[in-house]
This record gives sequence, C-alpha cells and structure tokens, in this order.
Amino acid sequence: MIEVVDAVKTFTVRRRAGLLRRARTTVRAVDGVSFQVARGEFVGYLGPNGAGKSTTIKMLTGILTPSSGTVRVCGMDPARQRTALARRIGVVFGQRTTLWWDLPLRDSLALVRRLYRVPAGAHRERLAELTGLLELEPFLDTPVRQLSLGQRMRGDLAAALLHAPDLLVLDEPTIGLDVVSKATVRGFLERLNSERGTTILLTTHDLGDIERLCRRVLVIDHGRLAYDGSLERLRATVDAGRMLVVDLERPGPPVEVPGVAVERVDGPRQWLRLPRSVNAAAVVAALAARYAIADITLREADIEDVLARLYRGDHSYEGDPLAR
Amino acid sequence: MRLYALLAWTWIRSAARYPLSMALLTVGVALVGALDLAGILLLFAHAPRIAGFTAAEVVFLYGSSATSFAISDVLLGTSERLGRHIREGTLDTMLVRPVSPLVQIATEDFSPRRLGRLVPAVTALALALPRLETAWTPGRAAMVVVMVAAGAAIFSGLWVLTSALQFVLIDGHAATKAVTHGGSFLTQYPMTMFGRDLVRGVTFVVPLAFVNWQPALYVLDRPDPLGLPGALRFASPAVAVAVCAAAGVAWRAGLRRYRSTGS
Repeated sequence: MIEVVDAVKTFTVRRRAGLLRRARTTVRAVDGVSFQVARGEFVGYLGPNGAGKSTTIKMLTGILTPSSGTVRVCGMDPARQRTALARRIGVVFGQRTTLWWDLPLRDSLALVRRLYRVPAGAHRERLAELTGLLELEPFLDTPVRQLSLGQRMRGDLAAALLHAPDLLVLDEPTIGLDVVSKATVRGFLERLNSERGTTILLTTHDLGDIERLCRRVLVIDHGRLAYDGSLERLRATVDAGRMLVVDLERPGPPVEVPGVAVERVDGPRQWLRLPRSVNAAAVVAALAARYAIADITLREADIEDVLARLYRGDHSYEGDPLAR
Repeated sequence: MRLYALLAWTWIRSAARYPLSMALLTVGVALVGALDLAGILLLFAHAPRIAGFTAAEVVFLYGSSATSFAISDVLLGTSERLGRHIREGTLDTMLVRPVSPLVQIATEDFSPRRLGRLVPAVTALALALPRLETAWTPGRAAMVVVMVAAGAAIFSGLWVLTSALQFVLIDGHAATKAVTHGGSFLTQYPMTMFGRDLVRGVTFVVPLAFVNWQPALYVLDRPDPLGLPGALRFASPAVAVAVCAAAGVAWRAGLRRYRSTGS
C-alpha cells in the first residue's frame, strides 16, 4: 500500500546574515526514511514537533515532491500522479477542513461526490452508512461554519471516505476534540480498519489514539526513523521502569534499599527508580521497616515517558518526565 | 471545465445565502466601472482627439481591452490569492482533492458580482463600435472578436503566470496586481500616449500590446506609429497561445517546488 525507500526532503532556508548577505542553510526535514505499510494495517506515526511527520505525510499525498528517494502509494508516484492518487486515498487534516465553509454539510458531501465522480447509487449507500456510524444526521443541514469542532471533524471524515478509499491518511485527527468526540472518532476508525479493511496511517500527539488504535508504531525524530514495530516492543526496548516517590516525615540522607537507586532528593521527597525486575511491594515493605514515611506513590511509565526517553536518546534523570 | 462550472456554481449558492450583500456588491462593481467610462468621455468633451485618436477610437480601445480583462478577471482573478493559500496552508487541502488547485482557487468566492465587471466594459465596446469611422470588412469584424478572445487569453495567462510566481515569492500578490491591473490600465489608452521606450518594452516584455493595440491598428486601418511590421497585427492568437503555454509551464514548475508550511 505504501512503500517509502530512502526518502529525503530538504528545504533551503535563507537567513539574513549581515547587511546585504544572505546565508543559505539546507534543512533535511526528512533524512532517508524507509518503511512499508501493507494493506489493512493501522499505523501510528509519531514524533515531536518538527521531526518530519507532516513532511512525510505531504510526500505520501503528493503535496510535496521528495528531494530524493522513492515514494509509492497504491502503486503510484504521489507527486507525479497526484490527481489520480487523490481518487484512491482519503486525507484528513485535523487543523483545517476540506469542507466548504458556507454550505450545509449535506451539500458539501454532494459536491465531494461530483469531484470524485462517485456513482449516485454507491454514494447514497455510503452516505447512509457514514451518517449512521458518525452520527451526522442532526447537523447534515447545518452550514459547516456553524458546526462544532467535533461535528466538523466527523464531517471531514465522512467527506474523506465517501469515495471508498483504500488508504486513509489522518494528520492529527483528534486535535482539540473533547473526550466524547474523541471516543466517537476513535471507535469509528477502529471499525473502519477492522470491518472494511481500510489501511490507516495516523499522526498524532495524542498518545491515547496510539494506545487505543495502532498495532504498529513508527517513530520519527530529526528526520530519521527512530523506531518501527509494535507498541509493546517499543515499551520493552526503552525500559523507562517505574518511579517510586517517597515522602519522608523529615528531610534526610538518601534512603538505602538493596537493588534500588535514589535518583533525586528534594527536601523530604526522594525519587527511586525501580527496574522491571524489582518487586515494588518488597521495596515498599523494606522502606516502611526502616524509615518514617508520610506518603508513597508509584508512577508507571506511560507511552509519553517512553517516547520522551526515545527522543532524547539518553537515560539521565535530568528532565526525566517520571521525575517530575 | 465541467468542474470549474460545478465549483463556481457551488460558490454562487454559497454567496446567495447573503442575498442583500450580493446585490449591493454587484451594483457597486458596475458603478465603479461606469465611473471609469464617464471619466474617459469627460476627457473627450475637452479634447476631441488624444494622440491622434478620436473619442470613439479611444473608447473602442478601452472597451475591447476592458472586456478582455473583465473576462479573464471573472475566470481567473482570484488566482492571485495563491500566496495567501500557501501562507495559511489551505493549498494543502486543495492538493489532496482530485481537481486542479488552479480551478479550485479561481472559482473561490465565485459570485454573480464578478460578472458586474463585464457590464461597463461591454457597454463601452458596444457604444464605440458603431461610431468608428472605419470601412468594415468581414476580416475587420472578425478581428474584433479575435482580439477580445485572444486578449482574454493573454490576460488569463498573465494571471496564472504571475500567480505561479507566488510559489517563489510568497508575498508576491502585489506583484501580480501590478502586472495585471497595471497592464489593463495601459491598454485602455492609445499606446502613443506613453513613451516610445515604454511601448517597446511592453510589446516585447509583457505582450500586453497584443491584447488590443496591434489588432486595433488593423481594425482602425492605421499605420503603426513605431513602424513595426504589419504581420504583428495578426499575431495576437499566437501570442495568446505562447503566454498560456508559458503560464502552464510556470504553474507546474511552481507546484513542483511548493514547500508547504509547517504543521
């Protein structure tokens, strides 16, 4: 479905350097990325801001032409066959709508049918199906500009799927949505992937999306692919461990418990990193036997911590999210 | 073409949701155009000949170029918004639809008020034609049609060409306006009013002179004040084709080097 081999995208940035001189620097936004996505996969594409996520998406959809390397989507070269490819894929940008601002949603969707040349019968069927799944009925006749963000996003999803694309590319589809809308969108995407077999590639900053939906995760950092595999393996690869936060009754020297290192002391509060192999209950029992303890909390590393460690590529506790 | 009509119709329906504002704007645009025409007529009340041209001839020049420009403006005038779409990132959403982004931008905000720009131009042309002291032949009559059509094509090409420049100069829409609106101003008056060098430059650098000056010389049966060969008078359609081809190439090249915005 998607085949990316050694894709590079460079941008030339001109900067003022002195009175008349302009300095040119070349930024490699995507620096030799290769991956493949098979039909029916649900892939999360992650990375910090400026890592090259959007640039990759834009190369896949034909918006940007790669500087070098090859990109093939649905067997086509996106930059050269952009219009033909547009009929085969659906694209949703969370930050901006592809609907017509002043038209009722129903008219926007009818227009989409004409643009994508969907036969009237097939359109009616799909519209009915999408209306049901995305609960569009209450606002089908409302102009798009009056829709809430969650309604608009559902409308955008419907518009991107009316032509029954093989591949759906989503750029931050849940950005700014409330909990209920997020749940509707996630539930819908899950069904779309499992029941229709639509291949889905999704970028997001919302790690809830990833944990709920994606069986496979690609992590990009500084324009390079930092990880490609399952979410579980990602957790195991970067063992962020757990952090035990102990509040002593009085400030004191670092506590001494066998097999555990104190990472930080701040007044009566101390941070202890527990590797996966250590039994937390035994540590707590050992602590309670020797020290006067006011409070104790155990923090499990979530995907955010795992990614933070992966992005940074080091394991020092300075700025470690677990040590906050 | 079919998609152009479809999208234009969509925007008209969209605009029709505010009927009063649409009507007022249409009237406003027509009024401004009529004032323009009144200005020229007023000028002639005081000076019956400008640079050797009669009032009817000047109104003919004005009317034919204004008609060409109005047609191109109706069809492609909003293409100079490309820069804004690039800056705001909305071009990205156009690029993922199976329709040329040029068609999508050109039809944007399409409303009947755009047609308002045609009214004064066509009126001027219609007023001038019967008053011309020229010996009408089928060739001359056909030339009027050809010059308006070729002129519209040249202006359209210039819209696209200069819009394509905005792929490089993100804030270039002022530059677009200077070439298109400025060009439309130039051709509304006899070229001899302007300096010789300027006319030379305009003839060869921006082929605006072909919009109506050269063919008009044929229609009015006048010698070229610059002494350029007579064949140039029939070159308008060829120039139109060349300008449109250049515009097409520039647009494609621009799309290829489009960099999008962050996010």
